Amino acid sequence: MKDIRLMKGNEAIAEGVIRAGCDGYFGYPITPQSEVLEYLMATKTKERTGMITMQAESEIASIHMVYGGAAAGKRVMTSSSSPGISLMQEGISFMAGTELPCLLLNVVRGGPGLGTIQPSQSDYFQAVKGGGHGDYKMIVLAPASVQEMYDFAKLGFELAFKHRIQVMVLSDGAIGQMMEKVELDEQVPRWTDAEIVKMHPWATTGKTPDRERNIITSLDLNPVKQEIININLQKKFKHIEETEVRFERIMCDDAEYLFVAYGSSARICQKAVMLGRERGIKVGLLRPITLFPYPTHELAKLAKQVKGMLSVEMSAGQMVEDVRLSVNGAVPVEHYGRLGGIMPAPDEVLNVLENKFIKNKNYELHTH
Amino acid sequence: MTEEIIIAGFGGQGVLSMGKILAYAGMMQNKEVSWFPSYGPEMRGGTANVTVIISDERISSPILNKFDTAIILNQQSMDKFENSVKKGGVLIYDPNGIVRHPERTDINIYTIDAADEAAKLGFKKVFNMIVLGAFLKLKPLIEPEYMRKGLEKSLPLRHHGMIPENEKAIELGKSKVHEMLVLS
Repeated sequence: MKDIRLMKGNEAIAEGVIRAGCDGYFGYPITPQSEVLEYLMATKTKERTGMITMQAESEIASIHMVYGGAAAGKRVMTSSSSPGISLMQEGISFMAGTELPCLLLNVVRGGPGLGTIQPSQSDYFQAVKGGGHGDYKMIVLAPASVQEMYDFAKLGFELAFKHRIQVMVLSDGAIGQMMEKVELDEQVPRWTDAEIVKMHPWATTGKTPDRERNIITSLDLNPVKQEIININLQKKFKHIEETEVRFERIMCDDAEYLFVAYGSSARICQKAVMLGRERGIKVGLLRPITLFPYPTHELAKLAKQVKGMLSVEMSAGQMVEDVRLSVNGAVPVEHYGRLGGIMPAPDEVLNVLENKFIKNKNYELHTH
Repeated sequence: MTEEIIIAGFGGQGVLSMGKILAYAGMMQNKEVSWFPSYGPEMRGGTANVTVIISDERISSPILNKFDTAIILNQQSMDKFENSVKKGGVLIYDPNGIVRHPERTDINIYTIDAADEAAKLGFKKVFNMIVLGAFLKLKPLIEPEYMRKGLEKSLPLRHHGMIPENEKAIELGKSKVHEMLVLS
């Protein structure tokens, strides 16, 4: 008997982390993601699996609690929305420097500043290009459904420990707040202390006579050593680029025009593809699932086939830069976005595609 | 089959929970469903709306600007959503508090005096179930047994004693929906 439920995206990822064997959640409430903390509290994780759920005194405290838990080899996470994620950047950079695995969730709202509580995708640069200081990358997963909010909890922890890296689930207010069907799977047991010692020899699990002390620090004042640390980090990111790219192709096989969109924008574009096909336009959608690593090669291949690409994002044009880098001038790449918490409608983005590429009119960003 | 619905009214009228019951019932009947609410400051005393989609196929966009059915429960929502009904679609509204009635001639317009009927029952809480009944009369997408399951799933256990009252209100709504004659 399948366990199918109707859940909000925020609730689904909370259930997902419990079932993925998470050891600890540390967070601070902020709209539109407070249901994550609320759900974990209400479901009494301590009694269910032994997982700690803690409301910290701030976002800065949350991320450093995650730092501590991760140093001990535990599956730990935090979640927030845009302004709160900005506060966490120092801690994230420290974790990048120490190669500590963790799961981070950003349910993006409109910015800059406190902005709005409505959905947005304007934190793409922060997530993908590195919001903190230093040469680092995180694996960034972009869920487009409530099911993926659930699934990416387990996937996120798997990738985080496989590569000793921070994994960010980059969601938005729409995916977080909407309800859809979710199919749940079996509980993954939490690791025992003995399993952690065996699986993660780098973790600070307490010194034993047979090994040196494990020290977790991002500080090394010797530039020669620091360069080697950085070179090794870059090798890891390169390896991830070669092995972990994920994307979904929707009606791409015969496409003459292409939407490129992730998250809730991808859902809107999916409908636009259907409407476009009804109008006789051969349009498809490439949906990046990983934003780092980016599906560069897939877009380069599609650039040989299509006449134009439209990047649709709820931002002033962030991901479009990666689309342009991928196709390297082979086809025209345009951007369409709505700002400040406004979501575009399916016929709106289709009209833009038609006007830009087919009717060849210059379509200005409009506001209501 | 895909039915794209907007339900809009004041916060506190049970707009979001009506959508939730419909989505739960659809899911119990093995349909694909999505429920996308307006959220945020406008929920407190202002307007609230929710987009519900019930379909036999995978749902593409949960965010829409054109609907098969609009269920409208205050004047602000009438002003905002009358033009969002697809040509040939359905608009259901409660005339209570409406000063400017819908004017379109290319859609099917129905009224349901849900506020009055709920007041007559002396049980204002079932207002939204009367409205839901009117919708189900016009769009019988969900079997009554699944409506019951939807109610069971979406109401907290302590309110399960109220399920028969809610079902009666749905039946009342089905019998009271009234078609407006369109002069075209």
